[in-house]
Amino acid sequence: MREFFDMGGYAAFVWPAYAVTLAVVVLNIVWARQALARSREEARRRLKMHGETR
Amino acid sequence: MTWTWFHRLASPPYIYALAARLTPWFAWPAGLCILAGLWGGLVLAPPDYQQGDGFRILYVHAPSAWMSLMVYTTMAIAAAIGLIWRMKVAHAVAASCAPIGASFTFAALVTGALWGEPMWGTYWEWDPRLTSELVLLFLYLGYMGLRAGIEDPQRADRASAVLAVVGVVNVPIIHYSVTWWNSLHQAPSVMRLAKPAMPLAMVTPLLLMLLGFTLLFVALLLTRLRGEVLARERAASWIREVVSA
Repeated sequence: MREFFDMGGYAAFVWPAYAVTLAVVVLNIVWARQALARSREEARRRLKMHGETR
Repeated sequence: MTWTWFHRLASPPYIYALAARLTPWFAWPAGLCILAGLWGGLVLAPPDYQQGDGFRILYVHAPSAWMSLMVYTTMAIAAAIGLIWRMKVAHAVAASCAPIGASFTFAALVTGALWGEPMWGTYWEWDPRLTSELVLLFLYLGYMGLRAGIEDPQRADRASAVLAVVGVVNVPIIHYSVTWWNSLHQAPSVMRLAKPAMPLAMVTPLLLMLLGFTLLFVALLLTRLRGEVLARERAASWIREVVSA
């Protein structure tokens, strides 16, 4: 197990590389969902304003 | 040949519903491929005879770099379709691509630096491959900045689309930089016409990661596309149905 985490002496390079990529993947999922939620919220607000002025 | 499929793809309510329905079919296989690829790359693949376990950075570096180019190409094609046929949905696809592509270009540059230090003795070098990849990041950021800076959505679509189409010349430059110029970066060992220059236990996890990232891109694109389509529609009756839920 310890050998695995040591990555043959390259741990200081291998694990940060994996961490950065994982972070980019997770952030992309979060950001995409947020962007959709924001657009839905804005559309809802637009419809409401539109409905009231009519 | 009929063109009804093309016209249907231009219809915002159809695209919105289709994107929502298709997303899980890409998201879940993406997760499975990436998990299997991680297991294969970190545990099952043997250490490289020259680079030892350091070579395992390959399994996050190559898929990120692949994404940076594939997403840009998708963005440029969508932008061109948007310009030529004045198709709103195509502009929405292009706009959805940019933040995804920019973030994976960043990942490709950082993982490349972390690989460069132990193998080449430097995090960064103004080398053709590295420099052209950095230019790609600036193209994405320029595209996003240009969009954010133009108030009128239609003008933003068209101006940013021109930038995306012009910038596509950088894609072959990045790809062929390692063959055209004397580069520190190695030539492709998998993405080439001849047989991959790696044993199967090393290649399989890489192919799984490449496939997983590509599927993830489609799922992310479909999700963002729904948001972009909604933002481009003004008080259409179909919106009432999809947002009231």
